Amino acid sequence: MKLTALTLAGVLVAGAALANGVAPDEVTYGEYGEVEASLSGAEGNADKGREIFSTKSMGNCVSCHAVSALPDVPFQGEVGPMLDGVGGYRSAEELRGIVANAKMTFEGTVMPAFYKTSGFIRPGDGYTGKAAEGPLEPILSAQDVEDVVAFLMTLQD
Amino acid sequence: MNFRTMTAAAAMLALTAPMLAAGGADDDTLIINEDLEITTKAAAAPHLDGHLDEVISGWHFRDDDTQAMEMDDFDNPGMIFVDQGIDQWNAVEGSEEKSCASCHGEPEEMAGVKAVYPKWNEEAGEVRTLQMQMNACREERMGAEPWKYDSADAINMEALLASVSRGMPVNVAIDGPAAEMWEKGKEMYYTRYGVLELSCANCHEQNYGNYIRADHLSQGQINAFPTYRLKNAKLNGSHDRFKGCIRDTRAETFSPGSPEFVALELYVASRGNGLDVEGPSVRN
Ligand code: HEC
Ligand code: HEC
Repeated sequence: MKLTALTLAGVLVAGAALANGVAPDEVTYGEYGEVEASLSGAEGNADKGREIFSTKSMGNCVSCHAVSALPDVPFQGEVGPMLDGVGGYRSAEELRGIVANAKMTFEGTVMPAFYKTSGFIRPGDGYTGKAAEGPLEPILSAQDVEDVVAFLMTLQD
Repeated sequence: MNFRTMTAAAAMLALTAPMLAAGGADDDTLIINEDLEITTKAAAAPHLDGHLDEVISGWHFRDDDTQAMEMDDFDNPGMIFVDQGIDQWNAVEGSEEKSCASCHGEPEEMAGVKAVYPKWNEEAGEVRTLQMQMNACREERMGAEPWKYDSADAINMEALLASVSRGMPVNVAIDGPAAEMWEKGKEMYYTRYGVLELSCANCHEQNYGNYIRADHLSQGQINAFPTYRLKNAKLNGSHDRFKGCIRDTRAETFSPGSPEFVALELYVASRGNGLDVEGPSVRN
């Protein structure tokens, strides 16, 4: 009985999170890889986005991108372009598409897809080196993506 | 060029210089024990056409302190394990009451061997890594138990065999009967594994010289293996390194000694053809 209640609660939470949003496999990308509407159905929070961007266990975007607006974050990477001013020359729709699945915008790019759950070769269970069990979670949740996009929009020259 | 343009050019240089210093391989020269100069940069083998022009040892991507440790055998912690390897070389083991020395004499007799492995073994009909060959000797000629792949014993011996080949160019054969395995390894090298969908090439071919967080990406060459890592304070085999790199793509990785990693070792070793054997090396 307890187990059923727990599973049910789990389903309800997962369902609730996406009630107004869109699941990773259902995202519609435009011609240039842009995504029109919020993935979660809610607004993004730029402060949370800044944290996700900078934290290793979250987006870890700084491992590849440098941003001058984050002087407190050490060891910013060089694999991707520096993102100063990106909120000025890219729209929120474009940025949402790039964070969700950059391959839709930049064919073959090194940048991982953060809101995607299928089509991987030998997906692992996090960083354990073991095979993933059960359905995969995206690296970032729908709301995480919105938060990161909100943070990127604050990067204006 | 007039004075004005010269100053402008100099100013530009000053601006871009720090960025250049951050990336890329340095121009230092690796001389071990003030005596043995190691070729750490070489023209890429023809099979790398369109991929790399120059092959570069991982040594060029480490900081000066780490580099210096490899320049003197007394400062290179990897050499302690070479000494242990010498003891193992002389140890009589197994039902035949033989040691490596019984058949091969001094370890120096093995100079040049490390440089051509992995290598096709005609009799066995398989590509063998050095560790596979060591174990074949143990089982077939000594009547001794094989060593576990990348275990301390196996790595000590690999380090000894590397050390006597230092300064000799890697020259791994990729044609003939080895070709099939080599193709498999090549395919793996360009496969984008895991939830991060990253291949070896994404990091070590497209981005060597760039920082990924605090890590300065090298070409991921294995001419310098086994390698003593400051991070785990032990000697590491190439398969252990492959395992870690694939794990870091959030993938289900492969095991040391697996046919997949034997193929990958053959392929990655061949990417280093022309670089000198450098192991045991020091890395962070
Ligand atoms: C493994 C490296 C890597 C990681 C991690 C990564 N990126 Fe990227 N990113 C790239 C590369 C490379 C490009 C350039 C696109 C191309 O041409 O391939 C890029 C491009 C971009 C762009 C477009 C910039 C422009 O000029 O239009 C944005 C925005 C961006 N990334 C944001 C992010 C965010 C946000 C994260 C984390 C949630 C992130 N990236 C994580 C490698 C990475
Ligand atoms: C996400 C990036 C990434 C991927 C993908 C990756 N590596 Fe690495 N690799 C690293 C980093 C970081 C290091 C440590 C710095 C260095 O030497 O490049 C490293 C180190 C190595 C080294 C040690 C080099 C030395 O001189 O000590 C080898 C060998 C290597 N990688 C091989 C591979 C192979 C083979 C693959 C694919 C199966 C692979 N790597 C995939 C990031 C990566």
